[in-house]
Amino acid sequence: MSQVSMTVNGRKVSGECEDRTLLVHFLRDNLHLTGTHVGCDTSQCGACVVHLDGKAIKSCTMLAVQASGSDVTTIEGIANGQDLNPVQTAFKEHHGLQCGFCTPGMIMTITDMINRHGSDLDEETVREELDGNICRCTGYHNIVKAALDAASKMGTPQQVAAE
Amino acid sequence: MGVEGIGAKVLRKEDRRFITGQGRYTDDMSVPGMKYAAFVRSPHAHAKITSIDASAAREMPGFIEFLDGQQLKADGIGNIICGWAVTSKDGSPMKMGAYPALADGIVRYVGQPIGIVIAETQAQARDAAEGVMIEYEELPVVVNGPDAMKAGAPQLHPEAENNICFDWELGDADATAKAFENPAKVIKLDIVNNRLSPNPIEPRAALGHYNSAEDHYTCYTTSQNPHVARLVMSAFYNVAPEHKLRVIAPDVGGGFGAKIYIYPEEIVCLWASKRTHVPVKWTSDRTEAFLTDAHGRDHVSDVEMALDANNKILGLRVNTVANLGAYMSLFSSATPTYLYATLLSGQYNIPAIYANVKGVYTNTAPVDAYRGAGRPEATYVIERTMETAARELGMSPAEFRRINFIREFPHQTPVIMNYDTGDFEATMEAAMKTADVAGFEGRRQEAKSRGKLRGLGMSCYIEACGIAPSKAVGSLGAGVGLWESAEVRVNPVGTIEILTGSHSHGQGHETTFAQVVSQRFGVPVDNVQIVHGDTDKVQFGMGTYGSRSGAVGCSAISKALDKVEAKAKKIGAHLLEADEGDIVIENGEVKVAGTDKKLAWHEVCLGAYTGHNLPDGMEPGLKEGAFYDPQNFTFPAGCYICEVEVDPDTGVTEIVQFVAADDFGNIINPMIVEGQVHGGLAQGIGQALLEGVNYDETGQLVTASYMDYAMPRAWDLPMFKVETLVTPCTTNPLGLKGCGEAGAIGSPPAVMNAITDAIGNNDLTMPATPEKVWNAINAVN
Repeated sequence: MSQVSMTVNGRKVSGECEDRTLLVHFLRDNLHLTGTHVGCDTSQCGACVVHLDGKAIKSCTMLAVQASGSDVTTIEGIANGQDLNPVQTAFKEHHGLQCGFCTPGMIMTITDMINRHGSDLDEETVREELDGNICRCTGYHNIVKAALDAASKMGTPQQVAAE
Repeated sequence: MGVEGIGAKVLRKEDRRFITGQGRYTDDMSVPGMKYAAFVRSPHAHAKITSIDASAAREMPGFIEFLDGQQLKADGIGNIICGWAVTSKDGSPMKMGAYPALADGIVRYVGQPIGIVIAETQAQARDAAEGVMIEYEELPVVVNGPDAMKAGAPQLHPEAENNICFDWELGDADATAKAFENPAKVIKLDIVNNRLSPNPIEPRAALGHYNSAEDHYTCYTTSQNPHVARLVMSAFYNVAPEHKLRVIAPDVGGGFGAKIYIYPEEIVCLWASKRTHVPVKWTSDRTEAFLTDAHGRDHVSDVEMALDANNKILGLRVNTVANLGAYMSLFSSATPTYLYATLLSGQYNIPAIYANVKGVYTNTAPVDAYRGAGRPEATYVIERTMETAARELGMSPAEFRRINFIREFPHQTPVIMNYDTGDFEATMEAAMKTADVAGFEGRRQEAKSRGKLRGLGMSCYIEACGIAPSKAVGSLGAGVGLWESAEVRVNPVGTIEILTGSHSHGQGHETTFAQVVSQRFGVPVDNVQIVHGDTDKVQFGMGTYGSRSGAVGCSAISKALDKVEAKAKKIGAHLLEADEGDIVIENGEVKVAGTDKKLAWHEVCLGAYTGHNLPDGMEPGLKEGAFYDPQNFTFPAGCYICEVEVDPDTGVTEIVQFVAADDFGNIINPMIVEGQVHGGLAQGIGQALLEGVNYDETGQLVTASYMDYAMPRAWDLPMFKVETLVTPCTTNPLGLKGCGEAGAIGSPPAVMNAITDAIGNNDLTMPATPEKVWNAINAVN
């Protein structure tokens, strides 16, 4: 068993888990943050994407102990209280989700994408960088629209980084 | 139309919980004392079990219990049922092999559950499951439908000689034979419809909880139809009495058919909870999902179409072998028969049709309904044949379709279905205009100058939704009625709860159903709550599949709203001292027409509950229920046009344009309808270009992960051009036809017609991978 400590959504947390526990299971089972999902066993579907020290990672591909000491943001931590962040808003306005299961991972991946590309983000880049996120419901059409709309509203990469 | 009524683009009420990570799916549920399950599954496709030894597993950390098929049988848990009895053409009933929830001495596909291990943690349960030692005597294996019928093939079930479960027919064999006696031309085609895995991104899961103090059972499960699950688990599997069993299907992360069926795992978790006195949760991993979620399609067909000298269709003859897998799943008999051959007339006047379908057992996972369920297979048969015929005749595919379109309604086909309405020319013209078919030759030449092969393919589909009139399906062998129920509870303050037997697993019912209520009374959608997915809250329901939630589920709501409206008008008339016939309800007000006399909606509702001043003899309250049984199927139809560019050097196909023109009848929320079309198209394009379940000759599934089974990703798909035309359905109150499956039904032939047009070789099977396309190009050069 290992003792794990990290900052999750701005809150310092710690817990005990088996050495083999994946970060996604630590988030779901120890911290009860069930918005991060598991959709495959091979790091392909992206339902488990969270931000680790500001970058999108697949939380099924990292041990909880490896994330110890890091700053983790999950889908539960990106809204500002009742105010949705621009990517969440764009998903709602463009009907970028249906069953909602892949949605947290999609939003975390696209937020990272916009953090890097800002308003320069284009359709080709969105589709290419969504390679690691699978959606079975939407045909991606409205997810792409949501990503581009959110990018246009979130501004330049520098502005985003400064926030 | 009100701003939130029928036809309005209302943003989804349910979205907030999903985009903030607060959706509640089955695997998110936990109850005090809960333990975890892992299933011990067969590594062999066909074998006798000679011994099971769990002694090593019992010593492993966290182990609680191991249970197998012998204990299940001893406890009287019933075999998995098939809900539709199909009769063979010789009059004999289908020949079902026994399907126990845990194997009874023999396994017939890789992944078949043999036992359940319960342990303190999920990881410990999986470790202990690997510690259960099972010895097998391997048996010969067959995985392919046509091979399974051959002499000398391995036999799966003693009941089914030559592995044939049913040998079924539909249509008039003699009339069809006559149509082929002296035709001007006969078109022949061999068709393979590839096997698919539905792949909702949320894996199946079940949490069984037996409460001994209450002698009560609760099952959280990833179901499209929790009431059917409760009925079947109580009436047929004897897991729990119906009145003591609560089935909850909370947020469900996609279904696509795979979550209709009542699988061994939820039965066993509930039974194991009673045996062990702990709540038991199981969550599938993705490999288990590929191995055990019911697959879809897997047809092999030969098709003949007879034409007269005017290029009108005289007759159609289709012989199909449908691979059923190792066991019959819940609707597996209906999917390749009544949901398939009844649509073989397509959008066309075909005087004579005959179809023969052989349902065949193989050592593969059970096959059942997957998005479209039989109608994609029928559409693929007819639309590949139509395009092939046009090419052989040297006609434009549009013109050949045009001269054969059905133009008068209602239209009785030779294969049961009676189309109530449609305008096939209109959807085709709309699609051709948007796709700029007139400019295609120019684009083809331009692509050629860049060394690319450009092709155009069309598909004019019709399908049947709103399953289904109970009496009709009962006469054809269905074990249940296919009506839907609804209850409208108006609260004293005027807010409204709709309890529906439909289940939403991505379709947006919480919004669209509220729009139907808003349309009726003018109340905001925020004042309407949709309750579904819990057998303790909703009395009964048949669930969501076959694009039935609008056509059947909303019809039930509409019928219950009729009753509420009638009572509210009576109360309003009494309070306003007016004639009941003069009362109208609109914009949240109950008014006397032509006067300024009115009450707010909530005043009437409060009046219903105070009971202080009601008409003599009227019961207090404002709550009504309804059961709606459809009069007919509904018939969504449309035209899809796909344009592709193929790189002849690599065989890679790019979809450069995809146009969909659909007629879904009236539409409640165009945004949600478009989303349903997008998703359906993605699955249909996935079938055509990428997806295929493959077993090797030993019955091992070689496509059991997302590394091996090619799911459509964002990069594989274009932006879609989607439009709708409307001929309202004439047989239900809201004029709805259904939109959930059309995309998956209509798109595969459009894609394949486009690729075969581009490469000039019609001999190509799905999925049209670069390797296959490259070989097909080189076969003709």
